[in-house]
Amino acid sequence: MTPNLAYNLYYSMLRIRRIEEALAKRYTEQEMRCPIHLCIGQEAIAAGVGAALLVSDKMYSNHRAHGHYLAKGGNLNAMIAELYGRASGCCGGRGGSMHMIDLGVGFMGATPIVGGTVPLAVGSAWASKLQKKTDVTVIFLGDGCFEEGVVHESLNFAALHHLPILFVCENNDFSVYTRRNERQPDRSIHQIAAAHGIKTAHGDGNDIELVFNLVNKAVEDLRMGKGPWFLEFMAYRWREHCGPDFDDHLEYRTVEEIEGGKAACPIERFEKNALAAALFSKAEIEKMERDIKTEIDQSFTFALADCKPTLEDARAYVYA
Amino acid sequence: MSTLNANTRQISYVDAIREALDQSMAQDERVIVIGEGVPDPKAIFNSTLGLQEKYGKNRVFDMPLSENGVTGACIGAAISGMRPVMIHQRIDFALLSLDQLINNAAKWHYMFNGKSSVPLVIRMIIGRGWGQGPQHSQSLQALFSLVPGLKVVMPTTAHDAKGMMVSAIKDNNPVIFLEHRWLHPIIDSVPESMYEVQLDKAKIICEGSDITIATFSYMTFEALIAARALLSIMGISVELIDMRSVRPLDSQTVIDSVKKTGRLIVADTAYKTGSIAAELISQVLEGAFESLKVAPIRVCSPDFPTPTAPSMTEEYYPTPGTIADAALKLLGKDSATNSYQELKIAITRKGMHDIPNREFKGPF
Repeated sequence: MTPNLAYNLYYSMLRIRRIEEALAKRYTEQEMRCPIHLCIGQEAIAAGVGAALLVSDKMYSNHRAHGHYLAKGGNLNAMIAELYGRASGCCGGRGGSMHMIDLGVGFMGATPIVGGTVPLAVGSAWASKLQKKTDVTVIFLGDGCFEEGVVHESLNFAALHHLPILFVCENNDFSVYTRRNERQPDRSIHQIAAAHGIKTAHGDGNDIELVFNLVNKAVEDLRMGKGPWFLEFMAYRWREHCGPDFDDHLEYRTVEEIEGGKAACPIERFEKNALAAALFSKAEIEKMERDIKTEIDQSFTFALADCKPTLEDARAYVYA
Repeated sequence: MSTLNANTRQISYVDAIREALDQSMAQDERVIVIGEGVPDPKAIFNSTLGLQEKYGKNRVFDMPLSENGVTGACIGAAISGMRPVMIHQRIDFALLSLDQLINNAAKWHYMFNGKSSVPLVIRMIIGRGWGQGPQHSQSLQALFSLVPGLKVVMPTTAHDAKGMMVSAIKDNNPVIFLEHRWLHPIIDSVPESMYEVQLDKAKIICEGSDITIATFSYMTFEALIAARALLSIMGISVELIDMRSVRPLDSQTVIDSVKKTGRLIVADTAYKTGSIAAELISQVLEGAFESLKVAPIRVCSPDFPTPTAPSMTEEYYPTPGTIADAALKLLGKDSATNSYQELKIAITRKGMHDIPNREFKGPF
């Protein structure tokens, strides 16, 4: 790995973590009046995927989309303003945290119906193929999606038409508080994709180097018309399903499990390896922290100074 | 009663739709067509016949039996620059796609602040007759009309079917295009060249002064039979309005008519309760209550699913007779007259009730 790539991967993960932490901290002020689903602990998947894509590539996501949006290059001011329900938000205040979009960087949209954007991403890849473009589409989906019929329909359609789409499954084992083994039989998720004739790989979602390399390989294939691809990464959600807090007191998972999840922190893991390999220095990390803090502070200032949309504004755009 | 020159070419509703698809595909290479059976030998009642041969397998597709997934794929393709036309041989099948239609297609433009749009047409065919039964003959226009962001149209004539299909494909919104299967064989004057008919305006089929009858889809045809007989036999002048569009609902044209006639019947192909007929009457009451001489009447299907056996369907659907009776009631006319008997004979169709009426081939 080149120092430049290592720097970028680390920076992307660290930036997502710090932004999510800032949101968690400010959320208790009750000025962000929308549900938030933080991705703390799952940053390596977003960052690894984002780093392997071009701006012209397209991305769709779900309710837990902040990391995906940021990793694709989504505008931070527009994201924070959206969470505060402001006019300059990426949806003008209509969507909140669960509706991220930044078309300028190919972030096509995120919505909170489980599985809802999966066929849209397939359609995006279908359009690219019909238009003879070389861009690829990435869709992020969680383990819960494999209980939704539309996801199986989407895998079937993508495989049938050999579409340039990469399905990235972030398997964090939970649907809210319910474990996968209470929702699904004992079988692997990536083998479902394989059964549709889709090429698959899987691995530890805390290993950003692995994520990046697998995505890179898949994207290369997709650009040559050898799609689709499906990658499954194991992940761990540190905080509550929805909201800013830890929820250890609910005891739906053991202290040992939570501690184990945090101990596998993708940022600490990569930092340790990168420092040992002298890919970047501690001084550079300190500079990253300072730069990120400045950027975050500016974004919150921007968002809070922005005007609030009115009911009159809400009447627009029912029809194109 | 066509507003067009009777000398213009006459083709059927289904051929008009095929021509609209053909001309739209020729004009705009972003237009693609997909549906279960689109390229098969029956070609969706011939409405897609020859399209795959002409435009190729990269523009005309059969589809997996995945109504929700493929609707989502069409939405994604539409967002990404294509203009898909998706087809359901029965509207009942489209119920499997409600999540994608209501949560995504209808709201994508709105929830992302107008940043992207979904130019998508979804044809849904309403079945009737020959024992189509509970799951092959529903009229669900009111269901789709509930959803802001969807446009819902149900053209009645071949002329409007072609023009509204062309408009729907050019429109930047999701358009639900409802076709009553029994309208498919009916002919009308249809220009060969490509033309548009607006998606938000009712059409006055014939002007009249005694009573307004506003109709949706196939009920326009039934009402026309009633209106002609009411005029010729009993001298009753009907203003017949083909609504053509369900969302937006052009209630203003009906309000203007009711201000003239003071009486209103709304004839719909759907169940009565919660029907678009009910909504239309509500809007007329809000807009022209003082003009109404008598309470309006809905002529709809009964509030239970369509049965299959001919002995149960024979009196299930409202007929020209149902509409004529409603008109006479609003006008306070006596039914114990010779002219009433003559009227009933004139508008009672001959032959089996569960196949399309071959006596009327069009034009309107």
